[in-house]
Amino acid sequence: MTTNSLTTSQGAGRAGDKVFSGAALAAGCLILAVLFGVALFLVVQALPALVAQPEQIQGGQGFFAYIWPIVIGTLIAAIIALVIATPISIGVALFISHFAPRQLASGLGYVIDLLAAIPSVVYGAWGAAFLAKEISPAYGWLANNLGWIPIFQGPASATGKTILTAGIVLSVMVLPIITSLSREIFLQTPKLHEEAALALGATRWEMIKMAVLPFARPGIISAVMLGLGRALGETMAVALVLSSGVLTASLIQSGNQTIAAEIALNFPEAGGLKVNTLIAAGLVLFVITLAVNMIARWIITRHKEFSGAN
Amino acid sequence: MTSTLTPPRKRSALTKGQLPKFAPLVVVAVALVLAAAILALIGFNALGWGILSAILFTIGLVTWSGLVEGSRKAKDKLATCLVVGAFLVALLPLVSVIWTVLVNGIPGLLTPGFLTTSMNGVTGTTDNRSVEEGTRVLGGVYHALLGTIQITVLATVISVPVGLLTAIYLVEYGNDRPLARAITFFVDVMTGIPSIVAGLFAAAFFFAIVGPGTKTGAVAAVALSVLMIPVVVRSSEEMLKIVPNELREASYALGVRKWRTIVRVVIPTAISGIASGVTLAIARVIGETAPILVTAGFATSINNNVFSGWMASLPTFIYTQILNPTSPSNPDPSNQRAWGAALVLIILVMLLNLGARLIARAFAPKAGR
Amino acid sequence: MSKRIDVKDLNVYYGNFLAVEGVNINIEAKSVTAFIGPSGCGKSTFLRTLNRMHEVLPGARVEGEVLLDGDNLYGPGVDPVTVRTQVGMVFQRPNPFPTMSIRDNVLAGVKLNNKKISKGAADALVERSLRGANLWNEVKDRLEKPGSGLSGGQQQRLCIARAIAVEPQVILMDEPCSALDPISTLAIEDLINELKDQYTVVIVTHNMQQAARVSDKTAFFNIAGTGKPGKLIEFGDTHTIFSNPSVKATEDYVSGRFG
Repeated sequence: MTTNSLTTSQGAGRAGDKVFSGAALAAGCLILAVLFGVALFLVVQALPALVAQPEQIQGGQGFFAYIWPIVIGTLIAAIIALVIATPISIGVALFISHFAPRQLASGLGYVIDLLAAIPSVVYGAWGAAFLAKEISPAYGWLANNLGWIPIFQGPASATGKTILTAGIVLSVMVLPIITSLSREIFLQTPKLHEEAALALGATRWEMIKMAVLPFARPGIISAVMLGLGRALGETMAVALVLSSGVLTASLIQSGNQTIAAEIALNFPEAGGLKVNTLIAAGLVLFVITLAVNMIARWIITRHKEFSGAN
Repeated sequence: MTSTLTPPRKRSALTKGQLPKFAPLVVVAVALVLAAAILALIGFNALGWGILSAILFTIGLVTWSGLVEGSRKAKDKLATCLVVGAFLVALLPLVSVIWTVLVNGIPGLLTPGFLTTSMNGVTGTTDNRSVEEGTRVLGGVYHALLGTIQITVLATVISVPVGLLTAIYLVEYGNDRPLARAITFFVDVMTGIPSIVAGLFAAAFFFAIVGPGTKTGAVAAVALSVLMIPVVVRSSEEMLKIVPNELREASYALGVRKWRTIVRVVIPTAISGIASGVTLAIARVIGETAPILVTAGFATSINNNVFSGWMASLPTFIYTQILNPTSPSNPDPSNQRAWGAALVLIILVMLLNLGARLIARAFAPKAGR
Repeated sequence: MSKRIDVKDLNVYYGNFLAVEGVNINIEAKSVTAFIGPSGCGKSTFLRTLNRMHEVLPGARVEGEVLLDGDNLYGPGVDPVTVRTQVGMVFQRPNPFPTMSIRDNVLAGVKLNNKKISKGAADALVERSLRGANLWNEVKDRLEKPGSGLSGGQQQRLCIARAIAVEPQVILMDEPCSALDPISTLAIEDLINELKDQYTVVIVTHNMQQAARVSDKTAFFNIAGTGKPGKLIEFGDTHTIFSNPSVKATEDYVSGRFG
């Protein structure tokens, strides 16, 4: 056989293929490296605080004593946000997916997305300047009438800058997240199930209870988890709204603090070991949100395998 | 409930036992009047009137429906009322935030020089004087606007190539390999990184590499990139996935190399979606405060170099003006500037969102089959 | 122009699954060869191995030789991209590039490879290719309009024009008419008859009348059952295959008794 005429090819083109696929691969690996780097650099910079003598840490009782009240504060704020946002989000998602007229649905979805577009610092400013002022009379009422419940124990904050206000602002911020994810899940409900329910003479609500909600339950749970991740890590709403202090059971007094706000308020002026302490606090926040997000993603992927959707 | 044996005469048997069509209107009217009456006794306000009317409407309609139509229909009506109510409740903060920003921000924005001057030389005494003498508030957001633009542009320049190339790897080269699946998973995880942690990462990274206390616009841009890259990857990935495989095959069959196929066929086909995704990602990070706070510090004057010195940005400007007013005894000028900056920021974000929609429409391939 | 294809003992695999087994076939230059057979018998898969387009599908690989005028497509150092410039392909569904005008679609093979071409030469190539695809008269006034605005049949002829603009030796067609109406199908069939003056044409079709109308030679592929590999059962003059096949299965298929 003579020489193969097909082997004469433009070498430059081949190199182009190699370079391009290499670049794409490198970019993908860079992302893994960044995430790994986030963990690594946080650990490296946090280490001095973790191994320091207890009296060197702010508060003088070691890192653990410093971090646990603000971990609890973070959880309180996030839980308030979820308790408020979850039912409303599910209602809004149902409204857009199953109640609103078809032509309006996408427009209404866009309106809710606008909530997500507003920068967090604007929410913070709104919470501090408007909401706190407007809501403080309600706190007074709660303290007077429900004061026997520990979380509503008086005296109520006169400025309204409490963890409950911060939680309400957070709930506004996580609402669009939970709404848009739940809405997607609701729209994926098999039409067959919905029609089967309607054909049995079910009312719209019964159809939703029979077909939509059971199908969407895992999706809703993971949407709420993702909302939780956002609420845990949100900084500005809390930093601007909450007048922080020591861990307090009452939600309507000033007090409590979250990790993110603690970092934002103190990092700019921090120096020495304080920087390491704050980075260590950031590491704790990172680990908590990472766990929450991974659980949420895990629920989503498991759900996908179940439903056969996609 | 209804007997289907009797032939329909005047009223259809199928509509028997239902509330008349005008029932909701009647209940609305009654609820509005009743709520107004109750509030007249304890002091009237519009929000309270709306909420009370909605509650009374729900109770009234559900009770009436329960009496006439039975409990199943009543439950359905209750659910409908609650769902619509949830939507209206969700609108309240949106309207309230936008209203608050407009009312408080317009005076600041309309102050001459607000957009064209920095805070250089504006001190507590300046503010005290302008309050005491009633003159216009001095100082503006020029430096912060400039900083926001520089930091965001640099973040975009970092994020778009990395994000787009990663999306290309996932869609065109990944083939569901373990590495591709790992990247997909970790990109998802990355979307959940709290913004302040991204800021701390960038800070810790530069502290370790350049030296402790390094705070520049570039550090902030790296922090924003950590937040922006996963958004760009996800949206670009979705867009590349919907490019039909037939187009790739058509190109390969013409003897076009894979990388040229991607660059000249796949990306142009998906460019509208990619561009609007990038615009939305910019809109997301341009309002981020926490990461800039811990990476770029505060500046009161113009800094044109992202690689050296502290740099202001709109969000951190708002934050510091509210939390640490320039003149602690007279915070009003600072508040006015903060709200003006908030209005500028919201306008920017809304323009970006609108731009994303327009881009998606303008670049979309014409006349599909 | 136009080269012959000789296939020797070709096996096609998807991963570990043997999809097509032991194909030996000699395709003459300047002829039309039709591949017929029931769905899933591997004829489209086999067609793709003639210009290495199967490599686009994950996990697909071949054993054996495909010789293009004596040059092995699967020889060491052969670049699939070079193979595809010599062996063009037209697909089942018309797939013009939606972002390009009609003119740019025709020039796609040239432009996407960044080859320098003068405007005059480009104009001449566009006209020659569109005339070659019997489309020139219908689109000459709207060359700058998007290709996706054409009718299905016109789009398919645009895709053929795009394929011949690269000046290949062989044109492969994978059920080119299955998404088209009868009139457009007729136009494509007429075109195939003209194309064989210059090119070697290989066409996969489900439509036996079409195979009988357009082809000089016909190859019948069959599959013993699901999970079994597809095989070339019989190859010969189209007239013989349809009137006097030597294998029982071929006779059953062309007379419509199964498949």
